[in-house]
Amino acid sequence: MKGEKKKKIIKTVKIDVDKCNGCRACEVICSSFHAAPKYSSNNPARARIKVIREPLSDIYVPVYAGEYTPAECAGRDKYTIDGKEYDECAFCRASCPSRDDFKEPDSGLPLKCDMCEGEEEPLCVKVCLADALVLEEREEEVEEDQEQVELEIGLESLTKKHGMQKVLDAIARMSQKEDS
Amino acid sequence: MRYAETGFNLEVDLTRGNIERVATDPRDTELYLGGLGTSTKILWDRVAPEVEPFSPDNLLIFSAGLLCGTPATGCNRTIVSTISPQTLLMAFSMMGGFWAPELKYAGYDKVILRGKSPDLVYLWIKNDKVEIRDASHLRGKGATETAELIRQELNEPKAQVASIGLAGENRVYFASIEQGRSSASRGGIGAVMGDKGLKAIAVRGTGDVNVARPVEFFELCNEVLEYIKFRENNPIPGVMPILARLGSPQEMQVHDEKWHTENFMWGNSRVRRKGFWDEEVEKQWTDTMTRARTRLISCYNCPMKCGASISMPGLPTYMMKCFSKLTYTMAAMSDLDFGLRIAQRATEYGVDGFSTPQVMAFGLELYENGILTDDDLPGLPSGNEDRFYWLLDRIVRREGIGDVLANGTYWAAKQIGKGADKYAHNNIKKHEQLPLKLSMLNPIYFLMYATGEKINITQIEGQFPQAPFPTREEREAFVKDWFQVPDEKFKQYFLDWELRGENSIPYYPTVEMSCDIVDWQEKMHYIDDALGMCAGLSSFPLKPPYHIHNYPKFISAGAGIDMDETKLTQAAKRYRTLVRAVNIRRGMRRKDDKPPENHWKKRFPELEKELLDTYYRFKGWNNDGVPTKASLDELGLDYVSDDFMQRGILTESENAF
Repeated sequence: MKGEKKKKIIKTVKIDVDKCNGCRACEVICSSFHAAPKYSSNNPARARIKVIREPLSDIYVPVYAGEYTPAECAGRDKYTIDGKEYDECAFCRASCPSRDDFKEPDSGLPLKCDMCEGEEEPLCVKVCLADALVLEEREEEVEEDQEQVELEIGLESLTKKHGMQKVLDAIARMSQKEDS
Repeated sequence: MRYAETGFNLEVDLTRGNIERVATDPRDTELYLGGLGTSTKILWDRVAPEVEPFSPDNLLIFSAGLLCGTPATGCNRTIVSTISPQTLLMAFSMMGGFWAPELKYAGYDKVILRGKSPDLVYLWIKNDKVEIRDASHLRGKGATETAELIRQELNEPKAQVASIGLAGENRVYFASIEQGRSSASRGGIGAVMGDKGLKAIAVRGTGDVNVARPVEFFELCNEVLEYIKFRENNPIPGVMPILARLGSPQEMQVHDEKWHTENFMWGNSRVRRKGFWDEEVEKQWTDTMTRARTRLISCYNCPMKCGASISMPGLPTYMMKCFSKLTYTMAAMSDLDFGLRIAQRATEYGVDGFSTPQVMAFGLELYENGILTDDDLPGLPSGNEDRFYWLLDRIVRREGIGDVLANGTYWAAKQIGKGADKYAHNNIKKHEQLPLKLSMLNPIYFLMYATGEKINITQIEGQFPQAPFPTREEREAFVKDWFQVPDEKFKQYFLDWELRGENSIPYYPTVEMSCDIVDWQEKMHYIDDALGMCAGLSSFPLKPPYHIHNYPKFISAGAGIDMDETKLTQAAKRYRTLVRAVNIRRGMRRKDDKPPENHWKKRFPELEKELLDTYYRFKGWNNDGVPTKASLDELGLDYVSDDFMQRGILTESENAF
């Protein structure tokens, strides 16, 4: 089965940690833009971007808030790059139980970067005159039925493990539930 | 709801260990704006003129500016004010960095400290939770080191810490308060903090700062950012590189130090070294700086990169900005490698990078001239650079001669006697100044040096070019897009200003023009200090993004205070006059309003008298420099004029003035 090719815009913020000057203007504008009403208040603790900043170790890493995850990872990673040791989970975008980052300070609800929907470009990129954050957009062709292929791979492994009959039974039960 | 400000101060009594959160009066914000303005009002109300700097009744006020914590680019300054042990007058020193906005997010505009803690402590502010914590384990630790230790023990990597080093603990009169890449250094405010037994204030805030008219405020911020971009792409032609762009003088970026090394004085502000800057020096110093500098860094919410992380081989990393790059080097007649090395130790000790090198050079000059002897300096090393380290170590510990020098050149000279006062030659109001000695009197600078109560010329000057441009064409090009001027007449002043001839210094700019120019320059600095704006984006550079025309809009849209240029000018005049009043009540008069005797070779006593007379009148001060009753009352400072009358500082007969 061959799917049709479809064009899709991929937005990437290129983060150049060597250029970051640690000013946190990205955090400021982010919290301001996402305030309700827009721009009415400022609070970097609400920002969906955070600069990991350890001046004495020369560590400056802007990190965006990504997906919420209900559970923390089984293990943690510590990176050493060019002799600089980065904190556990430093590069991770998740709003996760293991840390306070990317959560509303009052409610604890998760925050996630939305690339400043409705704006020409994310405002953090706009205010970063150091060019540590640069937006790149590119068009990619994707096969539309990509998901179908993935589904089949998944089902195949399930049949291998449980046998075809059990999988069919399970699907039949699930479809009955959905109908009722 | 209060906008831009939080509406609350923290009142901390260190003697009793009492902490209170106190609501402030919004009417004070209208009258004095915030930051320096409202802090001056508190000092006037609560610190009587009899109170000594090291009295428990002296206040030490850490204040955020009115617009700190809003998205206004570069608005991040902490204004620290108290009574200075060195000048015995009001000290207000400022620092950029990240501390003030964090205080706002924690929910406070100011931290007002009184009393004295019996033991060394630090203050920990996290939103509503504020506690005084033991700091005995931090005694003697470096300022930067202390900040790191506090962050670790609190497990609060995002806390911002302002701390003192050994110098502050030992009440060195030129001790600074350090905060990572920034420091509040002038006036010995670190000594007052040490005297109060306060090692540091750590703050972390996760609350909101609101603005009154969000969209309008956001657009103003955007305009400023766009103009910053424009100015970065269009440096001012015809001025030295460090002044061509915005920000503090770009000492960390610019390697060309011809201007400083050949025009500023070396040693104890004595020697001018024409022809010093040659190819070899340039190569060596550029190499030193390039290796040492790991990154150019900014303050909170500011694209300018005025600071740098400095890592000298074998030494811990520290952060530096501006002219402290050269002060140690030049005082010791050494090279940049030495300057960057000793600055690391000095930063951890927490001392003022302007005064400290001069104090040490002063001490060594006294030794070379036999006023201090081997008996006074037992164990003084023979090497020149070693001597500077040796003196620095002794000053911050107040050991031996260090105990004398720790009081600054003015007080040290008095104590040493034997004609030592001739060597303390670079002071204004008892405080060491930038090591500049020039030829021809400059009327603008004369007034700024004489009457500036910020004690530091870089915190008074700005906006108006420091020197005329050689040709009329260049001047015309300069004024073409000079919209920052408060009045068109300033363009004409500059257009007609020539390097030589009738329209040159000292008689041009004329006395009246000089008054106008100095008043404008000073006003912009005072506005910055109330709003918390960095002078590097406002009052200091030529053609800055913030100016008298857009500031009222920022205040209106940000704080919700109805503001226009007239009202803002009046407010700035009000608290500027109140600063003067605090100092007048402490005994300052015309006799104190003078630059160092030898600042210029060519002096003009009659012209200088006329300048001061006219400027005093212009400011509404009497001939002795005291604000008159009429001018005080006009500013709504009748409580000051009442006090002055009661004390006999003003008399009825003077009111006719």
